[in-house]
Amino acid sequence: MKEKILDRLNTQFKDSIESVNEYRGELTIVVRKSEIGPVCRFLCDDTELRFDSLRDLSGTDYYRPHDRFEVVYNLYSLKNSRRIRIKIRVDESDLHVPSVTSLWPGANWLERETYDMFGIHFDGHPDLRRIYMPEEFEYHPLRKDFPLMGIPGSLTLPRK
Amino acid sequence: MKMDRAPTKTTMEPGEHGEHGERGDRADRGKLKILQALEDQDTSVTFDDPLEHEMVLNMGPQHPATHGVLRLLVRLDGETIVAAVPDLGYLHRGYEKIAENMTYHEYIPHTDRLDYLSPLANNVAYVLAVEKLAGLEVPLRAQYLRVICAELARLASHLVWLGTMAMDVGAVTVLLWGFREREKIQDIWDILTGVRFTTTFTRIGGMANDLSDEASAMIRNFLDQFPENLAQAETLLVRNRIFIDRCEGVGYISREDAIGWGLTGPLLRAAGVAHDLRRDEPYLVYHDLEFDVPVYNDSDVLARFYVRVQEMKESVRIIRQALEKIPPGPVNAADPKRVLPRKERTYGKMEELIHDFMIVNFGINPPIGEVYNAIEGSKGELGFYIVSHGEGFPWRLKIRSPSFVNLQALPPMLKGGMISDVVAVIGSVDPVMGEADK
Repeated sequence: MKEKILDRLNTQFKDSIESVNEYRGELTIVVRKSEIGPVCRFLCDDTELRFDSLRDLSGTDYYRPHDRFEVVYNLYSLKNSRRIRIKIRVDESDLHVPSVTSLWPGANWLERETYDMFGIHFDGHPDLRRIYMPEEFEYHPLRKDFPLMGIPGSLTLPRK
Repeated sequence: MKMDRAPTKTTMEPGEHGEHGERGDRADRGKLKILQALEDQDTSVTFDDPLEHEMVLNMGPQHPATHGVLRLLVRLDGETIVAAVPDLGYLHRGYEKIAENMTYHEYIPHTDRLDYLSPLANNVAYVLAVEKLAGLEVPLRAQYLRVICAELARLASHLVWLGTMAMDVGAVTVLLWGFREREKIQDIWDILTGVRFTTTFTRIGGMANDLSDEASAMIRNFLDQFPENLAQAETLLVRNRIFIDRCEGVGYISREDAIGWGLTGPLLRAAGVAHDLRRDEPYLVYHDLEFDVPVYNDSDVLARFYVRVQEMKESVRIIRQALEKIPPGPVNAADPKRVLPRKERTYGKMEELIHDFMIVNFGINPPIGEVYNAIEGSKGELGFYIVSHGEGFPWRLKIRSPSFVNLQALPPMLKGGMISDVVAVIGSVDPVMGEADK
């Protein structure tokens, strides 16, 4: 199954795949940021692979000079009972990523959460607001430079 | 209070409300004030002119039928729902941030607080992910014990759902019966794990304690009388015309939409998709156990009810088999560098004391890598995505909580329905806000 996924991806997106990695039986494919939309559409619509369910979408802050963030897509194929992880690298200078809400409506809140926690903007998202933190909050809490104790005064207290 | 208020009314100046015009102005001002208050509070959600012909109703976060602190804004045209906007974050405690600042062992108690109706299942899901990351093999007895724990948690969670959801649509008896049965499960947890609620029973590489004979006997005793009690509660509902009328055809979502919105668990199985991680991606020892995956096609509140009730019966089957098949042996892996020793041994043995000190202070240091591991929780796919940099702390821990993803599908389920069906639909989604808000 792994070879099949890679074969089919390689025929279409040979240039956009940056690396392929397998760890503990889990396949991770890193693709170029600009190609995430077409790659996801292909994986979702392909009749053999049919990764029709987006199970999770999240970000990771690696806190390094280049490609600081990663956005991770966890796809599941109901037809084949198979998982795949697609990752894109996002540099701090350009925090814009194409949204996949048109493919999977369920990506809506997951992208909002990633925006809330990491400040990654999803272009084409219908309603990109914070989901957990208040709208006037200025920081992104899951970034590594945000302190665990929070920043005093950053949260407005309710009026009496 | 009423006695106090009455005199103040009589002391009003006569003629204060004498003219219709003034009263009308007052009413307008009152309306504007309400609108202003709504707009002041709802900075995140704006509507054009809610008092024109459509009304905006704020439900929660302190509403008993929202099962926690879910806030829902519904826009009504008469009694029909035009749009619904869930608002989350009232129980956000930053558990993913907390996880990055403590060792893998220290985080186990925090998983209790995610889906607080099935803490044992969360413990199991978390340690399975860490063990996959670290490449730890767990003895067979611990695996069977974990199956028993996870299924008991599913029973407890579904019993709360059964009671509260039935109460939301007007059947109070089932609430009491459901909680009575759940109480027995919590008594079992008390003997099995030492606490009734926040269990923290699993350890990385095994369990905190073995299954005692007393706990085993209690579980058997419970399983002997539970199916009959469940059947009684079920009879109260499935033969109840009011209940059926309230549930049938309500909260429909199509099969394609259910997949697209990422629904999992009973919601997806009620939409006609036979997907259960216990069968499709067998973990622990589920491949050795015999059980059915109930699937219904109607995708309404009633179908979800049937799916969950059937699941409870399957859970009973699974626990029975697991109790039969559970082999003797240790419940902790023989890997002293990564598995915590028994506490009493750390007091008397030098080696154990050293290992305990190292594991507690520096963690288990799994290799560099990333894993995602999911189990079929009571609400759906409960997964943990862990990125390790080879340190004692996880670099990143993402919780894929089923309640969060399932709640997303609330607006399409509610749209076009009636206001009185909102509580039934929320009940059928069965969200736990501790998990949705993380």
